[in-house]
Amino acid sequence: MTDLQITTPIPTVASSTAVLADDTRGAAGLTANNVACWFGTKKVLEGVCLDMAPGQVTALIGPSGCGKSTFLRTLNRMHELVPGATLGGEILINGVDIYRGAIPVTDVRRRIGMVVQKPNPFPAMTVAENVVSGLKLSGMKVTKSERDDLIESCLSKAGLWNEVKNRLGDPGRALSGGQQQRLCIARSLAVSPQVLLMDEPCSALDPTSTRRIEQTISEISESVTIVIVSHNMQQAQRVSDRCAFFLAAENEPGRIIEESPTKDIFTNPRDSRTEDYVNGRFG
Amino acid sequence: MTSVADVSESNLVDEARVTPVVRRSKVDRAYRAVATLSGSVVFVVMALIGGFLLYRGIDALRISGWGFITESQWAPDMGGAFGIAAVLPYTVSIALVALFLAVPISVATALFITEYAPRRLRRFLTATIDLLAAVPSLIYGLWGLFYLQPRLITLSKWLADNLGFIPFFEVNEDFGTSLGVFPSSTFVAGVIVSLMVIPICTSVMREVFGQAPPGEREGAMALGGTRWGVVRDVVLPFGRGGIIGGSMLGLGRALGETIAVTLIISPSFDAKWSIVEQGSNSIAALIALKFSESTETGISALMAAGLALFVITLIVNTAASSVVNRSRSGSATEI
Repeated sequence: MTDLQITTPIPTVASSTAVLADDTRGAAGLTANNVACWFGTKKVLEGVCLDMAPGQVTALIGPSGCGKSTFLRTLNRMHELVPGATLGGEILINGVDIYRGAIPVTDVRRRIGMVVQKPNPFPAMTVAENVVSGLKLSGMKVTKSERDDLIESCLSKAGLWNEVKNRLGDPGRALSGGQQQRLCIARSLAVSPQVLLMDEPCSALDPTSTRRIEQTISEISESVTIVIVSHNMQQAQRVSDRCAFFLAAENEPGRIIEESPTKDIFTNPRDSRTEDYVNGRFG
Repeated sequence: MTSVADVSESNLVDEARVTPVVRRSKVDRAYRAVATLSGSVVFVVMALIGGFLLYRGIDALRISGWGFITESQWAPDMGGAFGIAAVLPYTVSIALVALFLAVPISVATALFITEYAPRRLRRFLTATIDLLAAVPSLIYGLWGLFYLQPRLITLSKWLADNLGFIPFFEVNEDFGTSLGVFPSSTFVAGVIVSLMVIPICTSVMREVFGQAPPGEREGAMALGGTRWGVVRDVVLPFGRGGIIGGSMLGLGRALGETIAVTLIISPSFDAKWSIVEQGSNSIAALIALKFSESTETGISALMAAGLALFVITLIVNTAASSVVNRSRSGSATEI
């Protein structure tokens, strides 16, 4: 499973000893430098440079197949789980490279959480167990009262507490689709991530649930940096501070065409392709 | 297409409920007939086997009555008493020893193949294990008898010396604990049978573990889960049905294993707790050993013993499949 190769030579980064303890708490900045991705011999992404500032919401937009989800998955080392997937360039969290061993991979994924398109609560666990599953999975221990506090606070942050506080013992799969997705958000928040990656978190949900999740995003974005992939232009406009527009020409790897504050990308895009896309002329 | 006018005119049609008529094409009908026939063969064969055993064994059962279950001796040919009170417990304990060893090893092997092994090794291991399943049981028996047993009895002695206070490992003090009392025991037979069961269990479990939903796996990884965490919280809960299903397939094989057990054991008709002490038995081995030298009553008695084995296997598998069907991975392991 670990076929990862670093294919581009990169200047060495600061050693892990220079990392302050504070760096592992609170919203963190994420930087992508010249990232390229391959599946086997097929290059799907190249030359991606992007700064995702602490406490901000960055939206990745673009038509299907342009590499935004692939890029998102490189940000917490999920990309390498696909057999044959390789990558080049560097990705830094608070200035520390996540791929060159300075941080254990399980820590990378704990600090950079992820919510995927299709809600995936653990079916063998109750609602409450799902929320704290990340602690068990990564071997963290908490006392009973800490656990209960964590369940309540994470479910509250995800806007789900009032709906499920009397159903904590139900199986996670007994909730509705929108509730399951918020349960997955609560589950991600429970391990106190510094960055939360969201891959089209609302695409499987109805408008009411979508609105609820967008509200959640704006509430938690102070304490956690958010990177969200969205196909919905209105949603990107509503929730994000900055936008990056990805595009792949036919048979070519995807790249970032334009990256600016959200307001500018929608009202005053620099590139004509961006303008066409955000106005719904293709994609 | 019917226009609105047509519909209002056809209001006169009787509104009684309609049974939809399906007209199947010839090909469909022919295929259906063949499939139905093949499907019913399973039940017919099952019924024929059960019926045959009952028909051939009924004479002996009439002679012995309930004694067939309570009597431990086996002397139907001399007009003596006979029953499965010793043979059956021996059969079950050989199978249990085999499963006790095979199940943990199979679970671990299947997890190694699906979760940890690099891809090339994974393919190689899978092929090797399937190959192990294809080795004839006679070969296992011979190898077990001449190679494994002389080495294994050292472990038997260690168990008897150190854990002798547990009835399973107790050895009759009269003999002392020289190595001579340990060959041909339930334990040795069980170990050999476990080697035959491991490939079957591993195949089923590997198949099922490999089907653990990728979404849940990734969800667990994305939370910073360790490999072990993912196995414990995603793969094992999902694979529960496969573990049970694989074990039951193995149990079926272990209960019926004949030739290897026949080679290893020295037949005993006195039930005992100890599994390490010399002397064991099994219904299949009993039939194999006695068949050629039995009289009419003796053959009938052997058929009755076969019926007992058949019924027990059915009960075990039915019980297991009800557990398996209730689990998520159950559909992958029909038993």
